[in-house]
Amino acid sequence: MNKKKVMSRVVSFLVYGIVAVFFIWAISNSYFNYIFSQSSTFLYLLKQHMQLVLVSSLLAVGVALPVGILVTRRSFRRAEWIVSNTVNLGQTIPSLAVLALMISILGIGFKTAVFALFIYSLLPMYRNTVAGIDSIDENLIDAARGMGMKPIQILFRIELPNASYSILAGIRTAVVLNIGTAALAYVVGGGGLGVWIFTGIQLFDNGYLISGAIPVTLLAIFVDYLLRLLERKIVPKGSKPPQET
Amino acid sequence: MITFDKTTKTYEGGVTAVDGVDFTVEKGNIVVLLGPSGCGKTTLLRMVNRLETISDGKITIDGEDSMSLDQIALRRKIGYVIQSNGLFPNMTIEENVMIVPDLLGWKKKEKRERFNKLMEMIGLSGEKFGKRYPHELSGGQQQRIGVIRALAADPPVMLMDEPFGALDPIIREKIQDEFLQIQREVKKTILFVSHDIDEAIKMADKIVLLRGGEVMQYDTPSEMLVRPKNEFVREFFGKDRAIKSLSLHTINDLQEVIGLANMDETISDTITINVNHDLRNTLSMLLNQEADQVIVIDDEGNKLGAITIDIVQKYLHFEIKAKPTLVQKG
Ligand SMILES: Nc1ncnc2c1ncn2[C@@H]1O[C@H](COP(=O)(O)OP(=O)(O)O)[C@@H](O)[C@H]1O
Ligand SMILES: [Mg+2]
Repeated sequence: MNKKKVMSRVVSFLVYGIVAVFFIWAISNSYFNYIFSQSSTFLYLLKQHMQLVLVSSLLAVGVALPVGILVTRRSFRRAEWIVSNTVNLGQTIPSLAVLALMISILGIGFKTAVFALFIYSLLPMYRNTVAGIDSIDENLIDAARGMGMKPIQILFRIELPNASYSILAGIRTAVVLNIGTAALAYVVGGGGLGVWIFTGIQLFDNGYLISGAIPVTLLAIFVDYLLRLLERKIVPKGSKPPQET
Repeated sequence: MITFDKTTKTYEGGVTAVDGVDFTVEKGNIVVLLGPSGCGKTTLLRMVNRLETISDGKITIDGEDSMSLDQIALRRKIGYVIQSNGLFPNMTIEENVMIVPDLLGWKKKEKRERFNKLMEMIGLSGEKFGKRYPHELSGGQQQRIGVIRALAADPPVMLMDEPFGALDPIIREKIQDEFLQIQREVKKTILFVSHDIDEAIKMADKIVLLRGGEVMQYDTPSEMLVRPKNEFVREFFGKDRAIKSLSLHTINDLQEVIGLANMDETISDTITINVNHDLRNTLSMLLNQEADQVIVIDDEGNKLGAITIDIVQKYLHFEIKAKPTLVQKG
């Protein structure tokens, strides 16, 4: 146990060290300059990036959560594998094929990018919702029914609170991944900070590359932190999984 | 009062788990459903609050056909306790206990008062435990919370499915005693599932012995031990059923019939035992040789005499085995 702690200390020091060195290197080469010299473009791209993430994530939550809840209903249990397989299938179709298809339908731009991000966020959210609800002890549901709770009360008072840890973890994973993946939106003309990253790659310009990539990374870390705070607030104290250290 | 009238349950796929069961649970009685695993105890119990549908026959509760009642309202009027306590991990102890009152729309103040009263019954501080979560309690405490949760809205009927089955024997005995104490006060009509003969004898006003979904015998524990109706019942209670039936008798009973031994004042290593103690426990105490002399006292602490293995044996022989119906065949 203690050895593990020491190891993780060492590793995190190393990581922070590397990050610090990287920043010193980047700043001394004035690689962040574009953020300030072209601040209006930067803010525009940042906003676009956040919009991509926000819209696609909200859509994904809006679909994955209800579908996950629906397939875990008693009367629906049999349909679960159909839905699960459909969602899994969606995940295995090569991204390029989906993109090509979407471009031909929605054209190039924001919508196509949002749609692609939406598709990729669905699976982790859906899977964690179903897993979270399925992992609830059948006896709890039985006790709840036996005490005269209505199905809707069981859902909101028992199932969702006790599955909330898993559900929120799924959402967080998906959103954080989404922030990174949204950098690829540039490829389908969706904008976002990917514009600078790809420009930097194409022009061998570290300034553009880093001015695009670092904000994306920071955004991901920040959002991860925020969502963890939210989890701490929402997940009931008694149904948290045992603390890992 | 719960009446089963040719109640039958056939599951999808054709298993008949309960087959034409007829009996009545009198108001204020504990009836224990006893029998080997898979004999239909749980199914029979769950048909009462309609967690399982009734395939044939009917169940009436206080004269009303259970099928004619609203399912949700019916369940809120029936306390339900299961083996795995079923406490909700996301709710505090107080929230857990007050679920049914909450569903019934009780006021905050009423709920708080009721909660404290219920906690008092099981000797726990409502103040101290109310805000805790189930996982912060011991198994025995959780199970007792499960029991008072079922009592919360003061339902006339309680269903208990092996409520103490997961507890270790010492704690189980304690909680059984405590529950009997509570029952003397609240006088609920209780259906209690058990697969443990000792538990059934201890808890039951009457026992329903089931096999393959059919009632083998419905009787008081002593009748069932003394006059088993058929070979299955006889076998089920086993050859040592005379000894088992000792738990139906107290030292008091023994004293009335054959009296106690004289105390030997010269022996210093003695322990005392209350005259209301049942003979089965007394015997195991004697066999364990916890002391050189066991002195019987009454509720006021007056010494009544000593008890020995020989006396218990004598009582067993004359009072229990000697009854003609108890003479074992073969
Ligand atoms: N949901 C179910 N579907 C089909 N058969 C069941 C179901 N529940 C129980 N059974 C069967 O009904 C019989 C009685 O089960 P149960 O009432 O649980 O017995 P007990 O509680 O006495 O152990 C068993 O043979 C069991 O396999
Ligand atoms: Mg059972």
